[in-house]
Amino acid sequence: MDDRKFIVSSSPHIRGPEDITRIMWAVVVALAPAVVWGIFVFRDARPAGTRWCHWMPLYPAFIAALAVATAVATEAAIQRLRGIRVTIRDGSAIVTGLLFAMIISPCVPWFVPIVGSFFAIAIGKHCFGGLGCNIWNPALIARAFVLSSYVFPLTSVWHYPADSITMRLGKETDAITRPTPLAAVKDPLKSLNKQAEAANKRALLEKVRADNRTPYRDLLFGNIGGCLGETSALLLLLGGVFLMLRGYVKWQIPIPYLATVALLGWALPVKVQGEWIAFAGDPVFHLLAGGLFLGAFFMATDMVTSPITKKGMIIFGIGCGLLTVIIRIYSGYPEGVCYSILLMNTAVPLIDRYTKPVKLGAPR
Amino acid sequence: MLGEFTKGLIRRNPIFVLMVGLCPALATSNSINNAFAMGMAATTVLLCSNVIISLIRKAIPRGVRLGCYIVVIASFVTMVELLMKAFFPPEVSEALGIFIPLIVVNCIIIYRAEDFASKNGLLASALDGLGMGIGFTGALMLVAVFREGLGSGTLFGLKWSMTYEPAAAMAQAPGAFLMLGLLLGLFKWLGMRKKVGEAG
Repeated sequence: MDDRKFIVSSSPHIRGPEDITRIMWAVVVALAPAVVWGIFVFRDARPAGTRWCHWMPLYPAFIAALAVATAVATEAAIQRLRGIRVTIRDGSAIVTGLLFAMIISPCVPWFVPIVGSFFAIAIGKHCFGGLGCNIWNPALIARAFVLSSYVFPLTSVWHYPADSITMRLGKETDAITRPTPLAAVKDPLKSLNKQAEAANKRALLEKVRADNRTPYRDLLFGNIGGCLGETSALLLLLGGVFLMLRGYVKWQIPIPYLATVALLGWALPVKVQGEWIAFAGDPVFHLLAGGLFLGAFFMATDMVTSPITKKGMIIFGIGCGLLTVIIRIYSGYPEGVCYSILLMNTAVPLIDRYTKPVKLGAPR
Repeated sequence: MLGEFTKGLIRRNPIFVLMVGLCPALATSNSINNAFAMGMAATTVLLCSNVIISLIRKAIPRGVRLGCYIVVIASFVTMVELLMKAFFPPEVSEALGIFIPLIVVNCIIIYRAEDFASKNGLLASALDGLGMGIGFTGALMLVAVFREGLGSGTLFGLKWSMTYEPAAAMAQAPGAFLMLGLLLGLFKWLGMRKKVGEAG
């Protein structure tokens, strides 16, 4: 009998064409339009203060390249140190570096992408055991680290595109440090309490919001200040839809996430001169502003740090949305996408435990 | 007898091997000066309480021994705290704040009292307390060198580089956990390598 026809092996027996390399390169392709557009829009961005890189053309491209190069170099160095196979060709380090570059201001000093990418790969990923073992999204944990390390360059220096509506209105100034759209709406609300008491507080709130609102068109096309890759909601949506069509991103995370943000962004009450006013938010603004699309499609959906089951994914998405809106409206930070996803990443093992499917025939 | 002194330095280092007394280690290792002051305060208390507890170990009834240890330790902590306020620069006791009184409940001191001083003679207990205290101080200062160097860009309060931009998170709570974790990992790895080397 010819034994070679009966090969004994353990499952899985049927392998799909998908592997890490294919998925990661698809993510790079999906991110590319937003990155390229971000580099183009922020082409005149420069780091604050005088530095040796001041003359550099296309400074954001330099930042992104540094972040990616550091991520790849760190991955290779650590894998060599750990004595495991060097897998920089699978693109996962490139995606981490790229995502990190997209969530920092284009005006950061040159060492921020280096420190951040190193932190993302070395601490965020390899300290937990490498690809597939990390608890938190490496790019986001790196952002949390650089955000608390270099507070001023990351939170106070933003670049406004030269032809954005905010700059056109701003007469002849060339001051380029202005609040991002989220901060522009949030900050005036704080000073409202000092003004004379208004009879119709809802109207006052709506007027303040309307006065400081960035037009939807600018939010869609990324003609605003913000992080390098987060500004163009349209291009990020395109990339997200591409990944969803390829099946790498399940709708169960981004759609509940976006829906929760829109709903709560509209419904949650804001305190104006001692009176709580609910159902007055602007859901479209909450959807388009900040890093929500980037977070919802590319960060929260990280296969390693999101729940396994579909039910778990929906819980995860709603949790992210809830935390994002709460941080945006009630906390000191203008944006909450980063911390909300990190917090929900922490809860993933718990979500997985409670949404574990019941085995067929097992007692409930 | 000398082994009682040297075991606390590296082989049974309270922070990196026994992993006791981590809360003050995390809180006061943000600068080398703080780490040194904290380490010295803890060493003094540890040495004195070990000596006294070893002397009265036969007089303490077993059922209330922990209470007795606490009374002894608390007396020395109070002395150390008042001495620090009297003879040290005010910044030191201000920076250490609540962590000096909290030495009373420091795991290292109670652990050494319970595990060693209550079973051993005067000299051995004194050497044990001194060794453990110096090991604790050394570990704290090692963590602090990295945290102060990276987080504030200084060493002993002096800038070590003109161009280095300090990563403030390293001087704050997250940096404490990160640095302690990384150093713990490093020492574990070194220990494992040594064991493998001995076996092979």
